[in-house]
Amino acid sequence: MSEAAAVETHDPGVAPADQLEPSLTPGNLGKLGMWTFLAGDAMTFGAAIAAYGALRINNPNWPTPADYLGITTTAVMTFILICSSVTMVEALSAIQRGRMPTYRNFMALTVLGGLTFLGMQAFEWHHLIEIKGMSIKRDLFDATFFILTGFHGCHVFGGVVYNSVLLIRGMTGKLTPAKANLVEVAGLYWHFVDLVWILIFTFIYLI
Amino acid sequence: MTTQVAISGHEADHSGPNYIAVFIYLAILTGVELGVYAAGLPQVAKVGLLVALAWAKAVLVAMYFMHLAMEKRALAVIAIIPVVLVTFLCFMLLPDLTTRMWTRFDHKIGVTNPAEMGANPVAPPPRPLPKH
Repeated sequence: MSEAAAVETHDPGVAPADQLEPSLTPGNLGKLGMWTFLAGDAMTFGAAIAAYGALRINNPNWPTPADYLGITTTAVMTFILICSSVTMVEALSAIQRGRMPTYRNFMALTVLGGLTFLGMQAFEWHHLIEIKGMSIKRDLFDATFFILTGFHGCHVFGGVVYNSVLLIRGMTGKLTPAKANLVEVAGLYWHFVDLVWILIFTFIYLI
Repeated sequence: MTTQVAISGHEADHSGPNYIAVFIYLAILTGVELGVYAAGLPQVAKVGLLVALAWAKAVLVAMYFMHLAMEKRALAVIAIIPVVLVTFLCFMLLPDLTTRMWTRFDHKIGVTNPAEMGANPVAPPPRPLPKH
């Protein structure tokens, strides 16, 4: 009997239990779900940027972006978003270590960074529409600019709401270090928003 | 001794990458981007450098802030799929774009209508620069 069990254990056709792919758990299901969502979202942004490139190459009269768009302001916006990514990873690091006051401070800074970005984007749009006369209905240059930056701005707004909920839950004691994976999943979204802006800044503003 | 090892091992679990160093790299790369933008390089060199710098920054964010460097390979596969598909999408657009560019600069044909030369027939004329 014991020999038979030993033979079964060493059957080369059956993988040992510790080598099998682990089941999805609440701890890794959220991360996998967020990565899957981000892959789909990346396709949307990728297709939009590819369409922008095709329209631009086909149009010999495409304006030079720097003649209309403020590069300095946008560079500052890029820097703010990168800073908010750093505060996000520091917030995650703090809650993983059980340092809730530090977590709350860094998460508040992350939300503040997102709000500052949105405020600067609103200021930029107001300037472009009211002063420079740009409109989504005028031509392809304007339409692609407003659609791409607007779609990204919606993502930033969603991220600010997402992070604010986690901040409030942390302040009311509903978010504990045992649930740090929730902050990690939110961080994935926030860093993705940062990553997309890095590409938009180059393709829409600088090139 | 055992306790010290355990504590240091516990700290190592959450140590992660040096985020401040990654931040400094990102800030430097952004500065270099602005330098390349203002340097007055030929358009091809400028576009190539700016795209390379943007991808370098994106990879830094994905690898260290999004922890892809420390994750299982399966997540990296999920992350790389949209990059491959969008690259494929760009190649699918190439036949149309290259044909139009060849005809646009092919002066042997002797066409005079901009639409026949491959330019977008609905492209608006150049517009005046904005008032600053």
